[in-house]
Amino acid sequence: MLKDFNKECPTVNDIASKKGPVDQWQIAAFARRRPRVQIPTGPHLFCIVFPREGKRKDINTLFAFRNSMNLINKDVVSIKDFSNKEIGHVLDVAEKMIPVARGAKKSEMLKGKLLANLFFEPSTRTRLSFETAMKRLGGKVIGFDSSKGTSIEKGENIADTVRVVSGYSDLIVIRHPYEGSARLAAEFSKVPIINAGDGAGKHPTQCLLDLFTIRKEKGAIENQHVGLLGDLKYGRTTHSLASVLARMGAKLTCIAPQELQLPKEIIEECQERGTEPKLMNRLEDEIKNLDVLYVTRIQKERFPDPAEYKRIMSYYRIDKEVLGMGKKDLIVMHPLPRITEIASEVDSLPQAVYFKQAFNGVPVRMALLALILGGIK
Amino acid sequence: MKELKIQPIKNGSVIDHIPPGKALKVLRILSLPKKDITSIISAVMNVPSETVGKKDIVKIEDKELDPDESDKVALIAPHATVNIIRDYEVIEKHALSIPNELVNIVRCPNPSCISNSNEPISPRFKVISKRPPIKLRCYYCEREPADIEAQII
Repeated sequence: MLKDFNKECPTVNDIASKKGPVDQWQIAAFARRRPRVQIPTGPHLFCIVFPREGKRKDINTLFAFRNSMNLINKDVVSIKDFSNKEIGHVLDVAEKMIPVARGAKKSEMLKGKLLANLFFEPSTRTRLSFETAMKRLGGKVIGFDSSKGTSIEKGENIADTVRVVSGYSDLIVIRHPYEGSARLAAEFSKVPIINAGDGAGKHPTQCLLDLFTIRKEKGAIENQHVGLLGDLKYGRTTHSLASVLARMGAKLTCIAPQELQLPKEIIEECQERGTEPKLMNRLEDEIKNLDVLYVTRIQKERFPDPAEYKRIMSYYRIDKEVLGMGKKDLIVMHPLPRITEIASEVDSLPQAVYFKQAFNGVPVRMALLALILGGIK
Repeated sequence: MKELKIQPIKNGSVIDHIPPGKALKVLRILSLPKKDITSIISAVMNVPSETVGKKDIVKIEDKELDPDESDKVALIAPHATVNIIRDYEVIEKHALSIPNELVNIVRCPNPSCISNSNEPISPRFKVISKRPPIKLRCYYCEREPADIEAQII
């Protein structure tokens, strides 16, 4: 079939001047024959880059619909499944959702839709914010928040559970201790899946709400100098955040004790995406340059020696004095729960945005639900 | 005249230029021997070679390996070649190339990966670098195993 298209393959000029019938196969066939034309793989197969700027524009106009932000029925398993444009679109929609999220405006956008919350592991913020998001948009929620009392306890696997629940609901939100469980769920489900955390793996909605918070508080993500602080080795949510910040053009500084520094492969990933992360041990050396300070928890169990843990923690505790060394408009973020890494005296300072960040989970999840279920385009 | 260590085969496949000591692993990747193949399978190890010093050879009689099957071998023997023999003549010779995706060939070393639980799925890997060092990424947990050979099923 492709051979025929190859024969009828249009020239660059034909495509640019919109002459003749041109369909996606012809474009693909054309691009295959011209090595200078690149077809990025993945969801944007037809975003063709021509060597000359003028041509690129024409192609983009002609095939704008192929790049359109159609997130209907999209599975949200990893932030890597989203292009920068798609992320931007989700954040734009989230912005519009704020009045509804606060309850100041009513919406029936998802009336008649049913969300299933499958939480095989306990969660407070993520589960409640999904529930809030769905209900604020007029939808309903079913689900469970631990595998206790469900058929899972009897030995049912996730694949079967998901197959059954996908027959009951319009969208499934899943959290499970096994890494890759959301990818598996997406394979077996008839309805879209949103990953609400798979073990030490991915947590894409957390990543989106972090990006939303940075954009909302600082006006943009590009060129912001973001300091990631804490356990950067094991916290895989910081890995995806680092990588997505790199591809969105932020500057990165990783502040962690040597043994908990960002892994080599993530540093390489950031470099491939055009950002060279700066690696530091001490916060006070760098805080004056930061626009955003993203604090994560250092887990006690990572240190066999309690004295060593205590020593390290003393370097990474955020209080009024430490923040005094930073820029006035620095913002401090934290995915929560926070234990002792941020002193409670910081909560009342203008720099502390972590509670706002937690609230932002609602509009961001509302935006995702609305886009995936077709409430908004 | 030099005595041949193994006789030429009449019909079947010969996998040549396997790194020394890996012939049995090659057989394992090809899931050989299996019940429905009753023909002779021979593996020779540490055969002197002019080009590479030493090599292993695997011969499977009366079975012509198709490229999809033999490409899996490239994981441990990237420079191996597969010769298809008919009536003592080499009728086809091809170098191996790793497929883009590996299903049920390598297991994920991550104990918390869903592919290591009782779910009805097979371990699945995306090949992210085909040139040595070969890099694989688990389709499910997205981790990259450091020692691929040790994870071959």
